[in-house]
Amino acid sequence: MQDTVLTLTQITKRFGSLVANDSISLHLQRGEVLALLGENGAGKSTLVSILFGHYAADSGKIEAFGKPLPPSDPNASLAAGIGMVHQHFTLADNLTVLDNVRMGSESLWMPFFHNRAALTKLLDISQRFGLFVDPYALVGTLSVGERQRVEILKALFRGARILIMDEPTAVLTPTESEALFTVLAQMVAQGLSIIFISHKLNEVIRVSDRVAVLRAGKLVAQSTTAKTSQAELAQWMVGHAIAPPQRHPSEKIGSPVCEMHQVHTAPARECLKGVSLTMHRGEIFAIAGISGNGQLALAELLCGTKPMSSGQVIFQGKPLPANPAKLVALGVARIPEDRHGVGLIGDLAVWENAAAERLHSADFSRWGWVRRRVAKTYCQALIAAFDVRGGGANVSSRSLSGGNMQKLILGRALFHPKAVTGKDAPVPELIVAHQPTWGLDIGAVAYVQAQLLAARDAGAAVLLISDDLDEVLTMGDRIAVMHAGHITPAREAKQWSREAIGLAMAGADAASLSSACTPHFSAAAAMA
Amino acid sequence: MRIEKRIQPSRGAFVWAPLSALIFTLAVSALLVLWAGAPVGRTYVLLLQGAFGSVVALSETLTRAIPLMLTGLAAAVAFKARLFNIGAEGQLYAGALAAVAVGGLHGGSGFAIAPGLLFIFMIVAAALAGALMLLGPALLKSHLGVDEVVTTLLLNFIALLFVSMMLDGPMKDPSAMGWPQSVALNSELELTKLIPQTRVHSGLIGACFLAIGLWVLMKFTVLGFDIRAVGASSRASAFAGVSISKTTLWVALLSGGLAGLAGAIEVAGRTSYVTLDMSPGYGYSGIVIAMLAGLHPLGVLAASLLVAGVMVGADSMSRAVGVPTFIADVIVATSLLSVMVASMLTQYRVRLR
Repeated sequence: MQDTVLTLTQITKRFGSLVANDSISLHLQRGEVLALLGENGAGKSTLVSILFGHYAADSGKIEAFGKPLPPSDPNASLAAGIGMVHQHFTLADNLTVLDNVRMGSESLWMPFFHNRAALTKLLDISQRFGLFVDPYALVGTLSVGERQRVEILKALFRGARILIMDEPTAVLTPTESEALFTVLAQMVAQGLSIIFISHKLNEVIRVSDRVAVLRAGKLVAQSTTAKTSQAELAQWMVGHAIAPPQRHPSEKIGSPVCEMHQVHTAPARECLKGVSLTMHRGEIFAIAGISGNGQLALAELLCGTKPMSSGQVIFQGKPLPANPAKLVALGVARIPEDRHGVGLIGDLAVWENAAAERLHSADFSRWGWVRRRVAKTYCQALIAAFDVRGGGANVSSRSLSGGNMQKLILGRALFHPKAVTGKDAPVPELIVAHQPTWGLDIGAVAYVQAQLLAARDAGAAVLLISDDLDEVLTMGDRIAVMHAGHITPAREAKQWSREAIGLAMAGADAASLSSACTPHFSAAAAMA
Repeated sequence: MRIEKRIQPSRGAFVWAPLSALIFTLAVSALLVLWAGAPVGRTYVLLLQGAFGSVVALSETLTRAIPLMLTGLAAAVAFKARLFNIGAEGQLYAGALAAVAVGGLHGGSGFAIAPGLLFIFMIVAAALAGALMLLGPALLKSHLGVDEVVTTLLLNFIALLFVSMMLDGPMKDPSAMGWPQSVALNSELELTKLIPQTRVHSGLIGACFLAIGLWVLMKFTVLGFDIRAVGASSRASAFAGVSISKTTLWVALLSGGLAGLAGAIEVAGRTSYVTLDMSPGYGYSGIVIAMLAGLHPLGVLAASLLVAGVMVGADSMSRAVGVPTFIADVIVATSLLSVMVASMLTQYRVRLR
């Protein structure tokens, strides 16, 4: 059992002056799960991309099953038995499971499909690893967990004996994750090897045999999982000891700021179906749930970029206007989920992005002319106050790192233009934070969370929508769970157990409420 | 072979990219010159002389550049907002027709008001005519999601057939001996010549002012910000509170208006009446010019001079050494492609294994 299937020797990859991988040497045994742990930007993705042939390493070599792997050739990697399960699935929604699995593995010159043979092979693989999916179902109708199984089947269908899984649990419910871990155990038992990429420590401990920790492009530690602990892994990952996040329950929950009554949005893949909730001054209202269950619709509605089809949203006693500029003027601070595509306009300068939300107001324009000096002064103050690093006010915002982009968005939302000069600048009434810490490193996560807590303590109502159960549980004063466009009643954080939230995420509580609008996340029960 | 994104654009790129694009263009065109059996060096020297070598040559180049500047600006402002206006040709004709309708009907006398006022009316009418041509496609795009490339392109043919109808009908010049041309513009409305004995007219100054004005608009005003924001990312600008449909509407008015002005200024400065061949594809060349200029309003001025120079220079070079004038199209097209590739290579690198 202990033969080596994959050896990486002294892999180095530079992007300009940045060393993404600094002479990394690793090996993978037959039948083991190797966890690759590291923060964003530590070099995990680069290393995997080199392994899969998306990038060519500047130096170093890779051997798979004793044979050198030609660099920069995905087909060679596939042929060598290396399969990849991407975090964002690479499936065609309008094709069947069978067609998706077989796509790309048959020659273009064959006159006919080999349906029978492909089906037999697929069923055989499903059987062996316990990966059951209807071969003739359209991928578009499957749940996220099922789609992931199709991704795995696709890799196995092509004869993968080494499976690379990039953050596979990021999109799953706790139950679905457990089901995945069972499948992984089965695959390993049959001699496959798995590289499991994650930044969630508890999962790494749970599934892996060995852990390799990357930090700033270097391999800083390797250990047998049994011999290490979460605290030790965290320290390796960050480089210094970190205190686990502390709960700070709110001291004074005040009057209602924003109330939603039976809000519906137009039926779509993501929609709201009768959502009612109340956000109070001085509390963090956290919403858990797997993304794709209506959270985006809720966030967009409260950010003024999506209309509702029926219901009522009352903000400070008046109906909430469906217009971003008016919302900002009323004191709604908005942090969108997609900071690259929605939060910032990448081609425009940092200062233009900083002023963008209020550019049409008297703060930053007069008679149609942009008050460039005022806007730049504001941006400089924002950069100083929120520690936005990466080139100052005039560089394009695309060049900022993810963490600094988020600080810029956070600063724009929380830092009022009047705060540059005057002291009595208004603070936000309502903060809509959708996945505010997604993909950030531990330092930036702590910073963003501290800012939200400070804003709450200053009297703002904070709506925190997050996939990350840990974040919901540590930050939320009251918690509700969304599933298929419905929301559970909000309860105080201490009244929720992890298991209860997990069940609600899978729709167990909302089973009686379910209707036809979004069918595709109801299959969690069928998974186990 | 693989293409990878550069983390930082290389520092020298801003020098070597345009330079190597130029060298590549000249090298490719040289092959065709050789094929035509002409000496390469002499051909290029003649082309340069024909474009910029004398007062007459320079004046011809400038004259040719004026409508190109305006259609180039029209394309630049629209493309900046990702409104792909391919209809500048039709908008130009609409502007020209409107100019003559205001300043030339009644037997070439126009309406009976002071020439200064009539001139302003004529300019406004031309800009409005061009803007209205683009308004429909812009509304269809912003409200129904109809692709504006298709609608604006097809409107060009409708516009040309409409012009043809007018030139053989209500606006036909009775003294043209049956030629399809419109009545002439009131001679008081014609633009003054900048250099005596040449054709270059004061429309050049107007075009330069419009370019500077557009640059100021894009850089210093809220509307300019909205246009750039919508073009860069419509989702992000909607989130920031920019109205996409309103911005698209403004861009359509600006772009169509500029293209309409190109028609009016061409009539008032050069032809004094509308014919069906008054524009050798100025509307389409405007797209090339805008792309060559990187959609920068001031860059449009330079790119127009370059394209006009190549066209005028190729004419006189062709007479001397017998290389067909189509070489001008080849040079312009190759330069566009090589500028595109060069600017891509400042962002990406090609790795051979």
